[in-house]
Amino acid sequence: MTPERRSFTLDSTLENVDNAEQAANEIATQFGFNEEEVLQIAMAVREAAVNAVLHGNAYDPAKKVSLDFERTAGDLVITIRDQGKGLDPSKIPDPLAPENLLKTSGRGIFLIRSFMDDVQINPSASGTEIKLIKHVHGPAADGKEASQ
Amino acid sequence: MNLKTTTRQVDGVNIVDCSGRITLGEGSVVLRDVVKDLLGKGQKKILLNLGDVNYIDSSGIGELVSAYTTVKNQGGELKLLNLTKKVHDLLQITKLYTVFDVKDDETSAVKAFR
Repeated sequence: MTPERRSFTLDSTLENVDNAEQAANEIATQFGFNEEEVLQIAMAVREAAVNAVLHGNAYDPAKKVSLDFERTAGDLVITIRDQGKGLDPSKIPDPLAPENLLKTSGRGIFLIRSFMDDVQINPSASGTEIKLIKHVHGPAADGKEASQ
Repeated sequence: MNLKTTTRQVDGVNIVDCSGRITLGEGSVVLRDVVKDLLGKGQKKILLNLGDVNYIDSSGIGELVSAYTTVKNQGGELKLLNLTKKVHDLLQITKLYTVFDVKDDETSAVKAFR
């Protein structure tokens, strides 16, 4: 039976960015998303995990990243929290603006927003929480497994 | 799989065959080092063959941009060859597809270098 909720607490390492992506891949597949959706979800989680490890926790071994996958009636809700200074979403530059097009960074949040149906960024003094939401379509919406 | 590269030369153009993932960490560093090494040898015509690159993240995209601008700033040319659908789609949504000179045929790509 597909679990409805999975939670992980991760050290702030690059290896755990790969682990978060892998977990997203497996869980999104278990929840019945199609191949393209799984790729999008896994990439969004990877980008959010990179932000948490690098920009949030700055590789601080004392700070953790929490990763939570929850299947609700109509959505897959993924929550990623870091223990950094807090990301102000209003200060994220538009990577599609002509003056930013050739910048070598700053596309992570844009890609997350492109791949998910809804993204909520909640900064606080104790860190940043980002909620990634993907609507469940097709057979997965009825709570059934993907084709075996 | 992390990024692996092999470089060959055709008519003065350095074709870098890439396979694996270009992501934050080792994959991005491998690409950066290959381009840096070629420029250090005075090789300024670089064709990145991404036909076997099955995954790229925002850091990898940034590394491609960095390679492109670094080569261009040194008076060279960097073009991309054989994009997979995933990489093609990512360059489209980030509006970089028209920034890069993207080719899908090696022979014509080599001829396109000045």
